[in-house]
Amino acid sequence: MTGTPLVEMRDVSIAFGGIHAVEGASVDLFPGEVVALVGHNGAGKSTLIKILSGAYRRDAGQIRIDGAPARIDNPRQAKDYGIETIYQTLALADNVDAAANLFLGRELRTRWGTLDDVAMEAACREVMGRLNPNFRRFKEPVVSLSGGQRQSVAIARAIHFNARILIMDEPTAALGPQETAQVADLIKQLKNEGIGIFLISHDIHDVFDLSDRVSVMKNGRIVGTGRTRDLTPDEVLGMIILGRCPPAATPGPGALSEAV
Amino acid sequence: MIDSGPARTHWSRRLLDATELDTRMLGMVGALAVIWIGFDLASGGVFLTPRNLWNLSVQTASIAVMATGMVLVIVTRHIDLSVGSVLGFLGMIMGVLQAELLPQWLGYDHGLTWILALSAGVLLGIAIGGLQGYIIAYLGVPAFIVTLGGLLAWRGAAWWVTSGRTVAPMDSTFRLLGGGTAGSIGAMATWLVAGVVCLIVLATLANGRRQRRRFGFPLRPLWAEWVLAILGCGLSIGVAAVANAYPWPKRVAERYAEAQGMAVPEGGLVIAHGLAIPVLVALAVGVAMTFLATRTRFGRYVFAIGGNPEAADLAGIDTRWVRMRIFMLMGVLCGIAAAISTARLNAATNAQGSLDELYVIAAAVIGGTSLAGGVGTIAGAMLGALVMQSLQSGMVLMGLDTPLQNIVVGVVLVLAVWLDTLYRRRTG
Repeated sequence: MTGTPLVEMRDVSIAFGGIHAVEGASVDLFPGEVVALVGHNGAGKSTLIKILSGAYRRDAGQIRIDGAPARIDNPRQAKDYGIETIYQTLALADNVDAAANLFLGRELRTRWGTLDDVAMEAACREVMGRLNPNFRRFKEPVVSLSGGQRQSVAIARAIHFNARILIMDEPTAALGPQETAQVADLIKQLKNEGIGIFLISHDIHDVFDLSDRVSVMKNGRIVGTGRTRDLTPDEVLGMIILGRCPPAATPGPGALSEAV
Repeated sequence: MIDSGPARTHWSRRLLDATELDTRMLGMVGALAVIWIGFDLASGGVFLTPRNLWNLSVQTASIAVMATGMVLVIVTRHIDLSVGSVLGFLGMIMGVLQAELLPQWLGYDHGLTWILALSAGVLLGIAIGGLQGYIIAYLGVPAFIVTLGGLLAWRGAAWWVTSGRTVAPMDSTFRLLGGGTAGSIGAMATWLVAGVVCLIVLATLANGRRQRRRFGFPLRPLWAEWVLAILGCGLSIGVAAVANAYPWPKRVAERYAEAQGMAVPEGGLVIAHGLAIPVLVALAVGVAMTFLATRTRFGRYVFAIGGNPEAADLAGIDTRWVRMRIFMLMGVLCGIAAAISTARLNAATNAQGSLDELYVIAAAVIGGTSLAGGVGTIAGAMLGALVMQSLQSGMVLMGLDTPLQNIVVGVVLVLAVWLDTLYRRRTG
């Protein structure tokens, strides 16, 4: 990879009450690239990504966007940098409709300053028409939608605002096989549009199907980062379980020191 | 529920679907009708008289004003137990201002007195709400505890203002806020208000239809639009007719005629009350709050936070500031409600508004506000306030003792929430 990375996170750390959830982690992401973040539950993947999306404030370290230091203290600032996130929990406001969720925090307003619900519904119908053409339940609170429909609302929200950096935290965890395939197609399509994607996944097949590079975390530290095509699933599993960094990957601070 | 046969169900279902009327709102209107007719039969026809309905509307005003704010509080999964005490304290402050402090500077019955007293009350309401809201939103103390403390503290503060002495009388302009013969707008203005409301109903329906057509959304059938128009206009004209059917007491009308130098016509002078000013204030608050809740960002955020606080946070909403503003708004509404009830009583007492918090919460909850958060309507809460007040006023009319009234209100509250739970489970 050459050129300036879209995102560069350098030596990022955060602790909650003495527990180092993320310690000295460094990852980067280039335009049109999918970087998979893998690791056990509690390895620190979601926490690291929540620092980038502004949900948590880091204790130490730097974030650079397009090579320039970025100030990300809350979700709004992250969105200003074009960083959009699809959370594992989907993070939808359950009792308002799809359009209200799509524009939550960025509502369209009329010239009187009131909510322009009609325009928001129109935009929502348009974007949902692309993502999920069968979607009809525009007037219902999202709590009454199926898992897949909720997922498409969450994805619509992330891509409608011309995201440049997309974070997907377990995007297929709640989905059936067909919907999972749809998400995979979507990832490929977004990648072709030059969007950089951080993909957090438990599914080693997803990682090998979709990602260009993979970074493995263990106990809050990066074990190693490597090009997916240079690695085998067994090597990645070894990184996840044992923290052993294979020769094809660049070791991080969390790599098991090979005492020979 | 009585099963009324397949043909009938089909017809009513179609009506409901086409008009998009809320079934639980209709249920509440039905409950209200049952209460009214029941009391009317039991009291020998005294309940459904223009006089009693007019009084009922005035008595409901103060609770209804506060209930609109309680909806937003409960929607965000909080509670405000302090509203009754805050009302008492603000009423006391407004009373002392206009009866004792301001006259020293302005003289009695100065034109500015009422507006200064009212503004002071409302501003102090914002400050009190802001303080409680800050502790809740930024310091993270549960609303239940903060406002429970407020319940005690502000009641104590109300006593402290005059060491428990009742303050009277109120400024004559301020008193108009409480209703009465002078505090009503008369027949002509009442018809005018009803006419304007009709026009607004028609304009809203027409505008909604035009907007939906512009974006190619499905339209309501035309006949359904007409049903809604007739319902809306019929309701406002009906209310106006009832208010105008309640004339001033004979003596008051004669005295008024004398003062105006008018001749009293044969058969006595009939001057209609028309709508009471506190009722108009409450309706205006209801419209403003509905607008705030459904047409503004603030309202959208309130409901989003109620549905899923974490999602609202992650969407970049400043949830703490929204929460604090809700309590400030509640303070404003307590100020308005305090003005209404102080003006109506023509005095400020330190016990004013005792137990109001329970009536306000009950009104919101009976009106369909879910204690689990995220769900509730302003109109429902105001209707809930009317239901609560109808119960109480009906029992007074029947001569029931206060303890028995409390028992009935308590039972009805629990029953209403249980029915609502059943309803949600079935439609959920």
